[in-house]
Amino acid sequence: MVDATLASISFDAEGYMTNPSQWSKEIAESLASQEGLATLTAEHWKIIDFCRQTGLASGKAPTLRQITIGTGISTKDLFALFPKGPAKKVAKIAGLGKPEGCV
Amino acid sequence: MATENRKIAFICSKGDLDMAYPALIMGWAALGNGVDVTMFFTFWGLDLVTEKRVDKLEIAPVANTSFKMSMMGLPTGNLGIPNLMGIIPGMTAFASWFMKSKMKALGTPTVREYLEMLSDGGAKMYGCKMTVDMFGIKRDEFLPCIKDVVTASDFIDMTDGAQIIFI
Repeated sequence: MVDATLASISFDAEGYMTNPSQWSKEIAESLASQEGLATLTAEHWKIIDFCRQTGLASGKAPTLRQITIGTGISTKDLFALFPKGPAKKVAKIAGLGKPEGCV
Repeated sequence: MATENRKIAFICSKGDLDMAYPALIMGWAALGNGVDVTMFFTFWGLDLVTEKRVDKLEIAPVANTSFKMSMMGLPTGNLGIPNLMGIIPGMTAFASWFMKSKMKALGTPTVREYLEMLSDGGAKMYGCKMTVDMFGIKRDEFLPCIKDVVTASDFIDMTDGAQIIFI
């Protein structure tokens, strides 16, 4: 149940998790379905894992271009996997803060 | 669907290097926010999407009151580059190179790359028919990102309900 899984998670005003350590794969799946993604394929996970890794290492969620360059996935595919605002969607699903940066 | 998706359109009318970026950066930000983006290139803006011009965009320091010498790290406060200096052969090339290097240091893509990213991200890009007719530009001179060459009236039709930004 989506509500139960996310009940104990803390979010900021825009819907980003404020405590990355509360994240788990189940949380990610609940968040993804809230973002309109019913199922997460291996391709989705590749991007989520990359973002989580980079985000936790640098303290900042990666921007759109950082994702395409870092994962090797094309802009077209990225927008196809996470329609309408991929970088922000993935940041939410990966339990990170809002991506900063204009590229 | 109850609410329609937000739509934004950019009219790109300038071909200088500095004026190429605003629409590209904001268009990319809009796509990143899930907004539908349309871009209309008209007049000098067609330089941005023409194969033989896109890598050769320039910015001239002459008569550019915003281009200050302090940009280059000199402690000159509000002093601009003297116009007499700006007309020296090579100054425009230098100013253009300088700006490109600043953008590169920020990790900003080139204009060509930005257009490709925008197109791949779903932005719809069009050329202005009147300008095309005026300058005699052929369809195959455009970058692949240009979907079609349309009239002003077509542009008004396709941006019904959209927020329009003129650059």
